[in-house]
Amino acid sequence: MLAYALKRLLSTIPVLWIAITACFFILRLAPGGPFDGERPLPQAIKDNLAAHYNLDKPLIEQYLIYIGNVLKGDLGPSFINQDFNVAEQLLSGLPYTLTLGTSAFVFAVLAGILAGIAGALYKNSLPDYLLGLFILLGLVVPNFLVAPILQLVFGLQLDWLPVGGWGDGSIAFLVLPVVVLALPHIARISRLMRGALIEVLNSNYIRTARSKGLSRTRIVVRHALKPALMPVVSYLGPAAGFLLTGSVIVETIFGLPGIGRYFINAALNRDYGMVLGTVIFYMVLIVVLNLIVDILYAWLDPRVRTQ
Amino acid sequence: MKIIQQAAACTLALMLYGAISATAWAATINIHNGADPTSLDPHKVSGDWENRIVGDIFEGLVTEDPNAEAIPGQAASWTVSDDGLVYTFTLRDGIQWTDGTPVTANDFVFAFQRLMDPATAASYAYLQYPIKNAEGINAGDITDIASLGAKAIDDTTLEITLEQPTPYFIGALTHYTAFPLPKHVVEEKGEEWVKIGNIATNGPYKPTEWVPGSHVTTVKNDGHYDAANITIDGAKFFVLEDESAALKRYRAGEFDILTDFPTDQYDWMQENLPGEARVAPFAGLYYYVVNNTKAPFDNPDVRKALSMSINREVIGPQILGTGEIPAYSWVPPGMANYGDPVEVDWKDMSYGDKVAMAKELLTGAGFNADNPLKLQLRYNTNENHKRIAIAIAAMWKPVGIEVELYNTETKVHYEELQNNIVDVGRAGWLADYNDADNFLNLLKSDIQYNYGRYSNSEFDALLNKANETTDLTARSELLREAEAIALNESASIPIYYYLSRNVVSPKVEGFVDNAFDIHRTRWLTLSE
Repeated sequence: MLAYALKRLLSTIPVLWIAITACFFILRLAPGGPFDGERPLPQAIKDNLAAHYNLDKPLIEQYLIYIGNVLKGDLGPSFINQDFNVAEQLLSGLPYTLTLGTSAFVFAVLAGILAGIAGALYKNSLPDYLLGLFILLGLVVPNFLVAPILQLVFGLQLDWLPVGGWGDGSIAFLVLPVVVLALPHIARISRLMRGALIEVLNSNYIRTARSKGLSRTRIVVRHALKPALMPVVSYLGPAAGFLLTGSVIVETIFGLPGIGRYFINAALNRDYGMVLGTVIFYMVLIVVLNLIVDILYAWLDPRVRTQ
Repeated sequence: MKIIQQAAACTLALMLYGAISATAWAATINIHNGADPTSLDPHKVSGDWENRIVGDIFEGLVTEDPNAEAIPGQAASWTVSDDGLVYTFTLRDGIQWTDGTPVTANDFVFAFQRLMDPATAASYAYLQYPIKNAEGINAGDITDIASLGAKAIDDTTLEITLEQPTPYFIGALTHYTAFPLPKHVVEEKGEEWVKIGNIATNGPYKPTEWVPGSHVTTVKNDGHYDAANITIDGAKFFVLEDESAALKRYRAGEFDILTDFPTDQYDWMQENLPGEARVAPFAGLYYYVVNNTKAPFDNPDVRKALSMSINREVIGPQILGTGEIPAYSWVPPGMANYGDPVEVDWKDMSYGDKVAMAKELLTGAGFNADNPLKLQLRYNTNENHKRIAIAIAAMWKPVGIEVELYNTETKVHYEELQNNIVDVGRAGWLADYNDADNFLNLLKSDIQYNYGRYSNSEFDALLNKANETTDLTARSELLREAEAIALNESASIPIYYYLSRNVVSPKVEGFVDNAFDIHRTRWLTLSE
């Protein structure tokens, strides 16, 4: 298993290199530069800035400098937030994004699985229909609409929770953003869980178990749950990737200092270093999460282990 | 196993809650500040959201009063030589950095030299180009930085020599490019001087915390000369670019001041938060650039037809909803030493007459129903710019102008404007300093941000002459003459003067609407 994991990790290095290279050059093809803005700068000042950030050198030289720095672990400066370099900004935002993402992930998995089990057990009855409606809403209502509605209702009308911000980091400040982040995932996970569990409950070995007189709880918990989790687990990798890299919408609406907003802002601001930094971060995260999912798969399905 | 994993995830989450330190909410004012600041280094910033913080923690020779007018800051007094070229400042007694080191004239000289040093790459250095040799040093033509016209006569006397008399120079010194820097800290710490923990400041407040993407916290600087009169203990400047979310947080009491608001909620606010949403004339102009170098826009009649057929009166009240004032002049009203702006001579015609005349002008230029004037109207992606562009395209249609709307993101838009490949394009200008020259310069031939490439030697000569004139009345006459020429030739299309938009809680007192939208925290008071 260790050799397999190592092999997987090593095989991502060329992928990472290709992605950085492609991203580096595509970024430079985009019109507009980091120092173009509403207020144009005199040429002398533009030249000073370009020299300061090595942007006056030939592109290929800039590329080699960048790759060299990345190999040394230096992600370079950010043009937009000059007091913090790219690595410092990512590290500063990471605890917030991880807290938010992990909480949303745990919440989505627990709520999604429970809702899925309930839907499967009460198939085609009122609880199932109600859950189905909720799932549909979770899937179709976009988070930029859910977030302001929740802010209005729970922050302003009922005055139960803060409208936004991180405040002192207490759970009250996390509730709304976590719910907004988790909602679509709860919907997807419960749908996967419900479908898989219904299928498993109709399979032959469950019928055998039932005919042997096992209780319903025991059948579900002991025999049906594990195989029914397979499709859910395969969804968890991308879901975790999505949640742990932060959400630009949730962070913007709630004013949270995570790293999600860098993905969009850095690109719009032509903050070359920051865009590349987020790409590297995102790729490493996805690789690691996929690896975890593969390992989980092997644990859940003995057939994978023997392959 | 699964339960263990989940428990581990929960524990991790809980540990992370703990890791992010909780900060006590003292008697601070909470200000919604828009974007994240680029830096706390006055030489690295360029936006109004940065000025709010940097101008609270640093202070120049002069500073702004509640009306944003220049008053003595770190300088107690100054004298100006008869030829208007040499300013001699005497610093206040006992002024000091937050680390206790005295603020001296050398800190100012050091800061001006660093600002102009090409290696600093200060994007706003050009604002202090009036100082002798500043432009040459900044452009790399003069290598002796000590030749800059800022000299310390002794610890408390600073002499600044200018290239030419500059009536707005005292006003320009309120700007953050003229703030002193703690020479001892910058020399010791290098680029790291600006980090919280290293930074020493001389303003009424000092920064104590910066969480990128969340907020900057400042606390009162008890060593400031006016500390006894400052009542707010500290400020939190929050990063939040979603204006609707900011308004909700304001309503929940989480913010005391919003520095912008969604225009479409202005009516609602007037009804439900009476007196709290404030709009006030702002020294800025929203305009359309017309490409003066490209046919048929090189014909002043065509430009005039475009300008005349815009019904400016409906844009502020109906399209934007906040009542922006229609612009018929190039210089916004209220600029110092200028008097009432010069306006286009057709301002008071009825809109019907304007349209009729525009049609005549276009016919004269060879356009008619079979051969309509076709143009591309470019704007940077933004809901308000889009609304205005659609409205103006609709106003131009009956005149016989066919418009293709074209929007791009801001960076691309401004690059294309600078590269002069735009027929008609949206632009805006906010005054850097309180002088008409700041606006008229936008139409000068050799100026890079003259996007429309308007060029008139007479106009240029008048501006140059005005720059050499020390008599303020004569100078204003020259500038007004220049403005009249540009307006006569419809060099560009002024549309409306900007308004500042703030929402101020009734708990906050001392907030005075002003043309530069500068409201230093030291002048405010906060009640419970």
